[in-house]
Amino acid sequence: MITNSVKDHAELSEIFIKDEERVDWHDGSLWWIRQKRDKSANQIPEWETLRETASAIKDNVISNLHQYLLQFEESALKNGVKVHWAADAEEHNAIVYSILKAKEITQMVKSKSMLTEECRLNEYLNERGIDVINSDLGEYIQQIDNEPPSHIVLPCIHKRKEEIGELFHEHLGTEKGLSDPTLLTRVARKHLRNIFLSRRGALTGVNFAIAETGEFVVCTNEGNADMGAHLSEVHIASMGIEKIIPERKHLGVFLRLLARSAIGQPITIYSSHFRKPREGQEMHIILVDYGRSRQLGRVDFRNSLKCIKCGGCMNTCPVYRKSGGLSYHNTISGPIGAILAPNLDMKKHADLPFASTLCGSCSNVCPVKIDIHEQLYKWRQVIVKEGYVDNTKKLSMEAMATTLSSPRLYRMAGNAGRWLMKNFPFTINNKFNPWFKQRDMPGAKKQSFKTWYAKNNG
Amino acid sequence: MTVGLFIPCYVDQFYQEAAIATLQLLKKFVDKVVFPPNQTCCGQPMANAGFEHLTQGCNNLFIKNFSSFDYIVCPSASCVLHIKHHLHSHENEALATSLRTKVYELVEFLTDILKINKLEARFPFKVGLHQSCHGLRGLYLSQMSEVVSPQFSKPLQLLNMVEGLEMVTLDRLDECCGFGGTFSVAEEAVSVKMGKDRVTDHTKNGAEYITSSDLSCLMHIEGILHRKKSPVKIIHIAEILNAAL
Repeated sequence: MITNSVKDHAELSEIFIKDEERVDWHDGSLWWIRQKRDKSANQIPEWETLRETASAIKDNVISNLHQYLLQFEESALKNGVKVHWAADAEEHNAIVYSILKAKEITQMVKSKSMLTEECRLNEYLNERGIDVINSDLGEYIQQIDNEPPSHIVLPCIHKRKEEIGELFHEHLGTEKGLSDPTLLTRVARKHLRNIFLSRRGALTGVNFAIAETGEFVVCTNEGNADMGAHLSEVHIASMGIEKIIPERKHLGVFLRLLARSAIGQPITIYSSHFRKPREGQEMHIILVDYGRSRQLGRVDFRNSLKCIKCGGCMNTCPVYRKSGGLSYHNTISGPIGAILAPNLDMKKHADLPFASTLCGSCSNVCPVKIDIHEQLYKWRQVIVKEGYVDNTKKLSMEAMATTLSSPRLYRMAGNAGRWLMKNFPFTINNKFNPWFKQRDMPGAKKQSFKTWYAKNNG
Repeated sequence: MTVGLFIPCYVDQFYQEAAIATLQLLKKFVDKVVFPPNQTCCGQPMANAGFEHLTQGCNNLFIKNFSSFDYIVCPSASCVLHIKHHLHSHENEALATSLRTKVYELVEFLTDILKINKLEARFPFKVGLHQSCHGLRGLYLSQMSEVVSPQFSKPLQLLNMVEGLEMVTLDRLDECCGFGGTFSVAEEAVSVKMGKDRVTDHTKNGAEYITSSDLSCLMHIEGILHRKKSPVKIIHIAEILNAAL
């Protein structure tokens, strides 16, 4: 889209798609998860009511965020938790660092947290002499491969078991050629167990923070958040300010939706409630804005903040399945990433709202009913108006609009078929048009329907 | 009842058979079907590319051409959805609003307005139905596979009235074909991969024809079939519903 040295979604996808057998495997794995999601949703007769309810609760939250955040802070403080406010990634990272530094902690274990990925916390702490180990297995695999997660729920879904075996051989000394998932998981568990036992600091993400009680809930399948938090002297929980829900009774609505939407599982294995530090432990909550209040101010895009990060839109998105999460060059990939990312850096992410056919499947699986595909359309309008599209496209669109607005010009363009073949983006018949790389065009007929109609009905 | 026939620009040029079939089919049930000769395009190619602000000319022209009809019917779900969502007027917004409610895609017009329950048509072939996303998730022509709700399908309701026709069952009922307007060229690799996979689903399940209520999807699918030298053909649903006994 914008010409710079960084590859855009189309270019990165083209590279990913070169290995077609891998694409078919990737697409199939995610489609299988989408089918699991369908099966588990269909077991709940009131599924659509549940989505509607969750959506309404979150609408209330984002409309009254200020009040709920203050209520949450007050409740958490009463519980003996330390509450911090961070305006951006830098502030968030500095707060984490200061907490660890005060305790002279140089090693930290971290459960899955997309927020800290977005803030590039690991890099920040590494530069300051603090070692961070990701304890979620998928995130751990991505960390040892020095690659960002490609999916918010399934961070290494794009890697095959043989590739993971190779990584383990290199980093954990497993036997070469070992690729059995159970055996590899055992090796990782043993390795991580030692880390859990020796780390004094633990950071977790937050799935839901309850304003009424000041508690927060962390959902995992591996129990890694609990293990880290319970064995540490300091537990830091980082959360985006949109993670609030008003009351504990609302939690059931979201817990029923989250794992079913994510992977077709009735509930995550662990839904851990954290309320107050145990004796001798420090508990910190960092409330992070990082662009969220700006998104809240964008009327067309504010309800993207309802997202509960289930990843369902990624699993169902045919573009995501065929192009892989890393082609979105953003921590949050897929359809939801494409409506969140332009808020943070419109120029850098100008390509993402165009990385969609607007098929609408994402909006249909979304457990909180975010109108994702409609926001993709609206972002396109904003991005064009802000000037983040190349000039050739702009000129061709202007020429098209002028001709198509006038039947006279349309006719003057001669045989409209010839005009269409010269001007429509997908029909321009020359070797530079990507349409013709792997496809043909029907070719304009001798007579248009217009001509036929004039002869036969005139 | 007077129906205004709205034939999208690319259908006018590339798929006359579909436009003729639509006209003939409508004439079996409606007294007066009129094709306004000065129509061009709904404006969607610009709008979906992010240039909706350039489409007022197309909107004005559409309003001028179609304001005198009881209904506006079009054999392309995608163009209908665009009009339903984005037709506006600076001069007469009330008129634009009323046109937005009068525009129908052909299939829904036959099932919901004309409520036809009998067709004299014969098409003795194995057919795969491609659900266009705009028809499915925009106009709700069928129940969407993501939604937990009773099943229905307006295109199947009609296709089931056709003698000799055998529907093939697809592995993925309503996956996008990857056309997506300018997406088809801006994201060529993904677009073609999506299209190839849809084609494979139809061919491996035995389809001789792939049909749809959207020719833009079919144009993309046909382009892939043709390049592969596949014997499988595309056909607009109107041509099947109008196929002679």
